[in-house]
Amino acid sequence: MRDFDYARPASLAEARRFAAEPDAMLLAGGTTLLDLAKCGVAAPAKVIDITHLEGLDMITFGAAGVHIGALAKMSHVAADAVIRENFPAVSEALWQAASAQLRNMATIGGNLLQRTRCAYFRDPLAFPACNKRDPGSGCAALGGVTRNHAVLGTSKVCIAANPGDLAVALTAFDAVVHLGERRIAVDDFFLLPGMTPEREHALEPGEVITAVTIPASVPARRSTYLKVRDRQSYEFAAASAAVGIELEPDGKTIRDLRVALGGVATKPWRARDVEKALIGKLLEPKAVREASLLAMTGALAQGDNHYKIDLAPRVVTRAILKVGGLA
Amino acid sequence: MSKSLTLKLAVNGASHELTVEPRVTLLDALREHLGLTGSKKGCDQGQCGACTVHVDGERVLACLTLAAQAEGRAVTTIEGLTPEGADLHPVQAAFLSHDAFQCGYCTPGQIMSAVACIKEGHAGSDAEIREYMSGNLCRCGAYPHIVAAVRQAKEVMS
Repeated sequence: MRDFDYARPASLAEARRFAAEPDAMLLAGGTTLLDLAKCGVAAPAKVIDITHLEGLDMITFGAAGVHIGALAKMSHVAADAVIRENFPAVSEALWQAASAQLRNMATIGGNLLQRTRCAYFRDPLAFPACNKRDPGSGCAALGGVTRNHAVLGTSKVCIAANPGDLAVALTAFDAVVHLGERRIAVDDFFLLPGMTPEREHALEPGEVITAVTIPASVPARRSTYLKVRDRQSYEFAAASAAVGIELEPDGKTIRDLRVALGGVATKPWRARDVEKALIGKLLEPKAVREASLLAMTGALAQGDNHYKIDLAPRVVTRAILKVGGLA
Repeated sequence: MSKSLTLKLAVNGASHELTVEPRVTLLDALREHLGLTGSKKGCDQGQCGACTVHVDGERVLACLTLAAQAEGRAVTTIEGLTPEGADLHPVQAAFLSHDAFQCGYCTPGQIMSAVACIKEGHAGSDAEIREYMSGNLCRCGAYPHIVAAVRQAKEVMS
C-alpha cells in the first residue's frame, strides 16, 4: 500500500474541499478503500477520514419514509426496528452481505461506492489490461473466466458485475441518494459502463454522499431480499432479487410490484418489464414464472456465466411467490 | 517525503502514544508497535477474520482499519479480554473444553468474534451461530467444535 497524507476534516464543507483535490479519496468504513489500496488498485495521495463527522449516522423515520445518514453502519441499519418493519428487504440485503465484522465497519454511503469483485480488476500486477482501472487498456475478463461477471448492462469494454446487495433493495424501492443539496434517484446514481467503465456513479469530484432516503410504500413494507450464492454465507450473490408487492383488497390481484436484481448486472438492475407484466394480474405461480423470464431481456452470456440467465428468473419467481404468501 | 502521525491509542484500558505512517493499519500498530501479537495477520485483506478486535465494543477487522481511525476509541484485543491473572473468559474456556481449534492461528479472531456474537444476541441457534461467525475462517476446518464452543459459552454467559 502506497503511503498517503491523512486528513480529518473538521466539517462537511472542509471534507468537500479536500475531496475535490486530485487523487484524494474519502475514507469511511475503509473496507473497500484499504482493501483496494492493498491490491494496488487504489493509490490515493490523500485519504480524508470523515468517520468522526457528527450527525451523519442517524436513522430517522417520518411520514414520507426513512432518512439514513451516510455514515450509519450496515449492521445498525440492518438491526433497526423501523427498517425491519417498513423495509424488510433493506434489512435482509444488509445482514446477508459481507460478514458481521465488515458490517460493523462499512457505512451506507460507502456501501454504494463499493467496487466490482471482478478478479481481473482486482489484480493489476497479473492483469494490466482493465478498462475500468485504466481506460483504453483492454479487458482481461472478455474471454477469461467469467462465472461471476454480468449478463445485463455489459458493454464491449467491460462486463464487471456490481456486487451490491443494499443497492439492489434501494433500486427496487426508488431510494434517493443525497449529495448534500443535490439529490439523485438511486437508479440514476449508478451508471452503465458503456465506453466509460471507469465512471461508475454520478458523484462529481468534491461531492460527498450525506444520506439515503427511501420512500415509505406498501410494497417496501411487504418485501424480501432473496440472495442465492455459492456459499450459504459471506459470499456475493450469484443472483439476487429485491421484491415488494401490494395486493388489491381481494388478496390475489397484484396492485403494485417492485423487482430489482443483483449479482447479474453491471449496476443494480430494476426489472420493470416483470413489474409491468404482472401488475393488474392474478398472483399465481405460472404467470409469475413466465413474467420472471422478462428480467433477462437483453441478457448476454460470456461463456461461464450462462447459468445466471437460468438462475435469475427462478430467484425472481421465488421471491415474488414468497412475498405474495405462496411460497 | 516521510509522513508521520503521532497517535494516542487506548488499547485494553491503557493509553499508548505512537508515531506511525498514515497507512499503518490498526493491526500493524498492535503487532509491530505495541507488541500485542495475539491479533493475527491472516489474509491482511478483510477476508479471514484472524485480526478481529473490538473497537468501542463492536467486532471489527484490524487489518482494514487505519490506526489513525482508532484514535479516541476503546480498542480491545484478545490480550485484554480478561484482566491480567484472571480466569479465562467463558468463550476461551469453551474453546478449550470443545477442542475448537487445531493449529490455533484463527483462534484469537474466532474468540473475539464469538464474544461479540453472543453479546449481540446472534448465538440463538447453531444456524445463527454459523451465519454470524461466517467472517472467521478456519482452514483446519474446526467449525463443528467452534459452533459447539460458542453454544456452550452462550449458555454460561446468559
